[in-house]
Amino acid sequence: MNRTIRCTVNGKKKELSVDIRQSLLEVLREELGLISVKQGCAAGECGACTVLIDNVPIDACLYLAVWADGRSIRTVEGESKNDKLSRVQQAFVDEGAVQCGICTPGFVMAATAFVEKHQGQKVTRNEIRRGLAGNLCRCTGYDTIITAVKKSLDEDFFCYDENSGGRRFRPA
Amino acid sequence: MFNIKTYKEAGSVKEAIKLLQENPQARLIAGGTDVLVKLHKGKGQFHHLIDIHNIAELDFINLNDGEDLVIGPGTCFSRVEESPLIRKHIPVLSEAICTIGGPQVRNMATIGGNLCNGVPSADSATPLIALNAVLTIEGADGLRQMPLEDFFLGPSRVALKQHEILTAITVTRDNYTGFHGHFYKYAMRNAMDIATIGCSAVCKVEDSVLKDLRLAFGTAAPVPIRCKDTENKVRGRRLSQNLLDVITESVVDDVNPRTSWRAAKDFRLQIITTLAQRVVKKAILNAGGTIH
Repeated sequence: MNRTIRCTVNGKKKELSVDIRQSLLEVLREELGLISVKQGCAAGECGACTVLIDNVPIDACLYLAVWADGRSIRTVEGESKNDKLSRVQQAFVDEGAVQCGICTPGFVMAATAFVEKHQGQKVTRNEIRRGLAGNLCRCTGYDTIITAVKKSLDEDFFCYDENSGGRRFRPA
Repeated sequence: MFNIKTYKEAGSVKEAIKLLQENPQARLIAGGTDVLVKLHKGKGQFHHLIDIHNIAELDFINLNDGEDLVIGPGTCFSRVEESPLIRKHIPVLSEAICTIGGPQVRNMATIGGNLCNGVPSADSATPLIALNAVLTIEGADGLRQMPLEDFFLGPSRVALKQHEILTAITVTRDNYTGFHGHFYKYAMRNAMDIATIGCSAVCKVEDSVLKDLRLAFGTAAPVPIRCKDTENKVRGRRLSQNLLDVITESVVDDVNPRTSWRAAKDFRLQIITTLAQRVVKKAILNAGGTIH
């Protein structure tokens, strides 16, 4: 029951033979080795499998692989450029928004879509919570994640880096 | 891997109807957020799929020549929620939709899928039945229309024949002009949860008189329901606290909630009476009315 699809994955053009019974999650993990995409609940509740399809966040576990034909897919593996973390990734690091890590790739992708959609806008913590409501985290209590997203959105934000003697720098 | 036995992709409504006729076991898949979860859980009724995910003619929101608001059932929730036409004319639908699942689910799930799935808790159902929405259904026998309220037959049962497909959801001009509404969903979490009770009120207020009221509840009966007896009792009466108390008292006879693992019947009734008062009051305030 295979079909050939053509899509872009993290900026690279791919031609893939996929089974119509496969989810996009299975193809990304098993065929392409993109194991940042986690299967949590497989029911659209936890968001651990969040990837961007044409820059829109979706749950890869509830997305037939054949639907990706002609589309552009982004996973966390493609977010850092030239060994430099993306703005959102750096903010997650700076704020310590990661604990066990299983939800993190999904959160980073949902946050990336949110930040790109709301760039230059003033958003409240509550709006960020609503924007990330499709992702569950059982460790952090969300506060550090919300702060990381807020900082990713704020053009004028300077991070305070304790390790470099209080040097302040602007995140990428 | 999903346990799909046959899979056909439909490029148009006509093709979908033809494919449905060819395989009586076949079911439609649109956004997939219900169907794929059921398949994952091993439920057998979705082994044969006809994919209507990419049918462009089902994905639209527009005003027709008579200024009726028409929504394509294949439109995903995010697009409906953010549509300027929906926000301008029937904001109560946006209010309801933004409580569904999380953003990832709303980016895939379709409004038609939510209705055709036929669950009593469907969050898009109560605002639409309060707005007297009409469905257009196309099948091998041609086109027909029916009020959304009559579409729900029982839990997960709707008035679609095997060869039929929902092709439009219409709210006519006279059903939104001058009307204001409010939606509230009571659930255990603020996001990613199924409604314990959902409530929509749509009303028209003129000179401190409640000219019209439509009150609808989800998960308050085997299907999403309108509280017609209550509506008839209060239509045309002057706004007052007493009027809200009449609604609270009367609504108990319109609903028929059950005990489930989510909530006991008595608890649901408590929420229903509380929401009847609160949601109608907010709808009246939104319509410019005041309550003394």
